[in-house]
Amino acid sequence: MELLSGGEMIARALEDEGVEFIFGYPGGAVLHIYDALFKSCKVPHILVRHEQAATHAADGYARATGKPGVVLVTSGPGATNAITGIATAYMDSIPMVVLSGQVMSHLIGEDAFQETDMLGISRPIVKHSFQVTKTEEIPEMIKKAFYIASSGRPGPVVVDLPKDLTNPHDKYEYNYPKKVKLRSYTPASRGHSGQIKKAASLLLAAKRPVIYAGGGVVQGNASPQLRELAQELNFPVTNTLMGLGAYPGSDRQFLGMLGMHGFYEANNAMHHSDVILAVGARFDDRVTNTTSKFCPGAKIIHIDIDPAAISKTVNADVPIVGPVDSVLTELIALVRELRAEEPTLPDQDALGHWWKQIDEWRDHHGLWTAPRYDTTTPYIKPQQVIETLCKVTGGKAFVTSDVGQHQMFAAQYYKFDEPRRWINSGGLGTMGFGLPAAMGVKLAFPDADVACVTGEGSIQMNIQELSTCAQYKIPVKILNLYNGYLGMVKQWQDMQYDGRYSESVYEDSLPDFIKLAEAYQHSGVKVTQLSDLEEAMKEVFARKNELVFMDIHVDPHEHVYPMHVAPNGSMRDMWLNKTERT
Amino acid sequence: MRRIISVLMENEPGALSRVVGLFSQRGYNIETLNVAPTEDPTMSRLTLTTVGDDHKIEQITKHLNRLVDVVKLVDLSEGAHIERELMLVKVRATGAQRAEIKRCTDIFRGQIVDVGPSVYTIQVTGAADKLDSFLEAVGEAAIMEVVRSGVSGIARGEKVLSL
Repeated sequence: MELLSGGEMIARALEDEGVEFIFGYPGGAVLHIYDALFKSCKVPHILVRHEQAATHAADGYARATGKPGVVLVTSGPGATNAITGIATAYMDSIPMVVLSGQVMSHLIGEDAFQETDMLGISRPIVKHSFQVTKTEEIPEMIKKAFYIASSGRPGPVVVDLPKDLTNPHDKYEYNYPKKVKLRSYTPASRGHSGQIKKAASLLLAAKRPVIYAGGGVVQGNASPQLRELAQELNFPVTNTLMGLGAYPGSDRQFLGMLGMHGFYEANNAMHHSDVILAVGARFDDRVTNTTSKFCPGAKIIHIDIDPAAISKTVNADVPIVGPVDSVLTELIALVRELRAEEPTLPDQDALGHWWKQIDEWRDHHGLWTAPRYDTTTPYIKPQQVIETLCKVTGGKAFVTSDVGQHQMFAAQYYKFDEPRRWINSGGLGTMGFGLPAAMGVKLAFPDADVACVTGEGSIQMNIQELSTCAQYKIPVKILNLYNGYLGMVKQWQDMQYDGRYSESVYEDSLPDFIKLAEAYQHSGVKVTQLSDLEEAMKEVFARKNELVFMDIHVDPHEHVYPMHVAPNGSMRDMWLNKTERT
Repeated sequence: MRRIISVLMENEPGALSRVVGLFSQRGYNIETLNVAPTEDPTMSRLTLTTVGDDHKIEQITKHLNRLVDVVKLVDLSEGAHIERELMLVKVRATGAQRAEIKRCTDIFRGQIVDVGPSVYTIQVTGAADKLDSFLEAVGEAAIMEVVRSGVSGIARGEKVLSL
């Protein structure tokens, strides 16, 4: 029998769980835990410069690897600083375990120094949370936290740890459970076979089908099945912002992203379809535009692990609750069986017409069939930066992004052929996500190219992490699309507020990012001419062991298009450029 | 439409706040709420009444089910069920009114559970609308204080909500 203190139990449990990195920041309430980590823990700890970055780094790690990210923060401000990152992970269903310190048990509720009700504050943005009340229960609670975070629809789990329960002098028996069972928590293990049958028949009867695949396919590791089904049927596929890479970007059947800044062909295919197969997607308002006008002629099959995601905003005709990989596997088998009996299905003529129509849409306004941006201005276009990035990295980099125009350009112009390569805050839209997320990705995949596409607004929200990158030698590449504005805010102000740039202009207040990078022991490259862009980027990516900050000055007046017409628009109502709309 | 949703959940700290939080967070309304441990002290049964169309109620039950603490739940109003609420009412009872209130209490099968020189405390049980009717019958002028337990309920017949 082995006796361990609470702090030692945490250190050991993280080892037993196979955790690769802890992202954290010490403080009073977690000093016992940090001492235990120092003495015995084999799991490396990454000391960030702000707790928000710890959560984003753990999140980036989780998105890239599929394993839960682990965060350790102190009570009070440590815990509240972590909140934005927890909410970010919650909105995008990312597995994460957050260990937060708490004041000593007898002080809880007394407004003690650095006390905050972490369970209360985090309640609406966690999948679940625990507060430890006895040291003996620490191993089981940590096991439960990992199980809940990574099963079913994944999400963040908070474990709140009062300081006295981690005291090095109070030792208890330590047994890390191999498995835990919760009677109140049983995620769906497979889809309803009757529903899957209905789905198969509906797909085979389709004349204008489209597959709409979201982040659930990425999180549920169902990309191979998605490809197999789409290719078996020769159906067009569109991915959501969260689903990019679930279906290969360079495949002929891929229509690009859909939604507010989705591709013309993707949004039109959705609008005119007769059958939509939605897989691991949630009919988010940034996808659907006005729900009452959403895809009027379509029957909808909706596969999702979370029953609450089904028929939440748009009614599903054939709902299927289950893990997307197993449901798709069953669906593929059924489709093949049915086609063996009736090889003419689905109607090949109709499908041929449908593809012809889609190819016309593509030719007219597709972002990848011709440059849709104005190439006559003297500026580098932000779209060209992403095209160059894609070219220089062979489409194989991990790309993290912050939030704004640069994020949409990255989503539109980088062709992701693999899942888990596109790392962005889709649901919460958290500025400041990109750099720390890139750290988590790079630590997990030290040999891969990791690029953080950002803007002056976002990068300054967690710029302090350049220091973390220096300490741990994390050679990510930062591409700052410098335009001197909060670009997306400016775009909306151009389009809806007659160009009144209320608080979206930096004037001459921005730092010299190259010098700033140098101050943090890194280097920087400034690019202002298109003719220099590709060479400069090649050089930057050749410097494998250095963090390089690329400050790329782009057209300050560029807008992201297409853009849904709102309010009251449908999927197909889009602005195509500053003057033209559908 | 008014619904009675009964939830079997872990008797754990924080479980109730998760349920209540869910309602405010997603903009649902709770009209009444009651919660107590069951015969198994590790589980609580929570019953709430809410108002909403089918879509809203479906969302509510799905989101409740999604809470890790929730073991099972049932929308009692979907089938035959028994609904009960307990109410204690303190009323001013003087002069001729004393007899009148006593009669009214008998009609509603209530009980006078405490008597003072000028007040009665009356206990009435039943479905929520019966309790409303009693209050109306006694009249606002006489009522000094009302406390209601919130609705609890159980399905008729063999159906049970248990592990």
